[in-house]
Amino acid sequence: MEQKNHINTFCLVKNGSISIDGTISYENRSLPAADFIKSAYKHFQINYPKFYKMDQLSRLAFLASELMLKNNPIAHNNAAGDIAIIIANSASSLETDEEHQRTISDKNNNVASPAVFVYTLPNILIGEIAIRNSIKGENTFFIFDKFDADFMSGYINSLLNSNKIKCCIAGWVDFYDKNYDAFLYTVEKDKGKLGIEHNSEQLKNIYNN
Amino acid sequence: MEEEEFNNLKSQAYILADNIISPLGFSSSENFEQLKKMQTGVKRIIDPNLSVEPLFAGIVDTLKLDIEFQKLNTQNEFTRLEKMVILSVTDCLNQNQHIDIQSPKTLIILSTTKGNIDLLESDDSSKFDKKRVYLWETANVIGRYFNNPNQPIVISNACISGVLAIVLGKRLLEENQYDTIIVSGADVLSHFVVSGFQSFKAISSEIAKPYDTKRDGISLGEGCGTIVLSNSIQKVINKQEQLIVKGGASSNDANHISGPSRTGEGMILAINKTLTESNMLPTEVDYISGHGTATLYNDDMESLAISDSKLDKVPMNSLKSYFGHTLGAAGLIESIIGLHSMRENTLIGTYNYSELGVTMPINIIKKTQPAKVNNFLKTAAGFGGCNAAVFFQKVQNN
Repeated sequence: MEQKNHINTFCLVKNGSISIDGTISYENRSLPAADFIKSAYKHFQINYPKFYKMDQLSRLAFLASELMLKNNPIAHNNAAGDIAIIIANSASSLETDEEHQRTISDKNNNVASPAVFVYTLPNILIGEIAIRNSIKGENTFFIFDKFDADFMSGYINSLLNSNKIKCCIAGWVDFYDKNYDAFLYTVEKDKGKLGIEHNSEQLKNIYNN
Repeated sequence: MEEEEFNNLKSQAYILADNIISPLGFSSSENFEQLKKMQTGVKRIIDPNLSVEPLFAGIVDTLKLDIEFQKLNTQNEFTRLEKMVILSVTDCLNQNQHIDIQSPKTLIILSTTKGNIDLLESDDSSKFDKKRVYLWETANVIGRYFNNPNQPIVISNACISGVLAIVLGKRLLEENQYDTIIVSGADVLSHFVVSGFQSFKAISSEIAKPYDTKRDGISLGEGCGTIVLSNSIQKVINKQEQLIVKGGASSNDANHISGPSRTGEGMILAINKTLTESNMLPTEVDYISGHGTATLYNDDMESLAISDSKLDKVPMNSLKSYFGHTLGAAGLIESIIGLHSMRENTLIGTYNYSELGVTMPINIIKKTQPAKVNNFLKTAAGFGGCNAAVFFQKVQNN
């Protein structure tokens, strides 16, 4: 029997605007990407000093996850090992890759920084969300040229329907060359406050809105 | 329907073909022959383009790669990484005529941590569009070479990418949208990667010594591994003996982004879920192909996880001292060696290992030896606190 799963909260961050569950909660269209993310962090009075150690991609993912889960936390009866984090993007960690490359190509000071190098992997942002929320389940980082609602919804529904996971934090987090775009959402079997059916059409509707 | 009954009805993920491109050879069997003789591909390298200091690493011979690639007679330009993947997949297609890579029911999964990252600094970069450093474009180039009609799926999840890609392949086969899945994992050595691991002071001053008292870090490597999976037993060449992917899982330590967990809890979770899905008790496992990077903390963490999972008596090795750490290729290459261990009932000794030097007693294989190998567990761990495991089994028809 085909089972229905639900999108119980979502957060969009793009073009100087942040919306949670469809409502705009912060706007500042004049700031460049990195400054915008930092200004939102301050605006919402998030207190997590590790934020400043993160690269821009992880900061963006952290911000979106934090705002979304504050508004609509994952049900407490989900064990840490049953919650998955499955996220994708287009540019992988290229923003930080280029920073690392600049450092090691500098003839006068070509010593790499471990604090930069560790962020040359896109899945570090999954680690950051996992640490913040004590989430220990499945994790996978995919790379697509654009957000693939068909693949993401199909795969996550199959994981939920086969009981491999109980809940998933999913979405798209991309940051490269002044452009940024985040769309995070939670998928659970139970219908939450928002209770949108989790399928490709709904994801496309929300993301393209 | 009872769960067990349901599992029996589910389609299996049969292995149709496999290939390894490494410093030890350009086919799985060449590689396995070298490992049986305990010959390593890791050497002392002096190459200022990679590292100011001499370096122990596993490097694929560029001349050999180019000679082999020229035999394919293709006009287009390909990067080093793409050449490895194309050669690796081509060898798989040659092994089994039932694999139809142009079919809409065939999907390619690429596992890579850094893809064509060497283009950021190489003289070759002018030959290629800037787009080529995007991992999805690398995968598209490979898909187009083979005229595969589907958009390839790319996994880039640090050092567990390869194991995740195999597990994903098995799961997608169960959904029946595809009947054949080609899982390829590749990474190339670059100044980018070497300098990064050097900054972590994670590189061994000699060839890596997994699980040993004298271990002092990793050896890096490069290469490609490919496994072709299918849900159709008709496509398996050896009808007497089929190798299948039985189960797999991943987890996160939720502890630290660059250091292994002190407890092994995340790895334990991935192993337990994998064995449960595979209907296996720890006592039934014949062999463990470990992660064994030969850093102090990783190998200690693994010993805790293996011991806590009651797998401490199971023969276990690490292949990192043969290939180096090949990042996105490691899960594929090391799993393929395990497949050949099952086929030949031979366990490979851990090169450069002499005395156990990890927190908990585990059963490290010292010398290559004959043994009944009907199944094995492959584990992996990586930056970002990620862990993964996959279980393979041999099914014999009498």
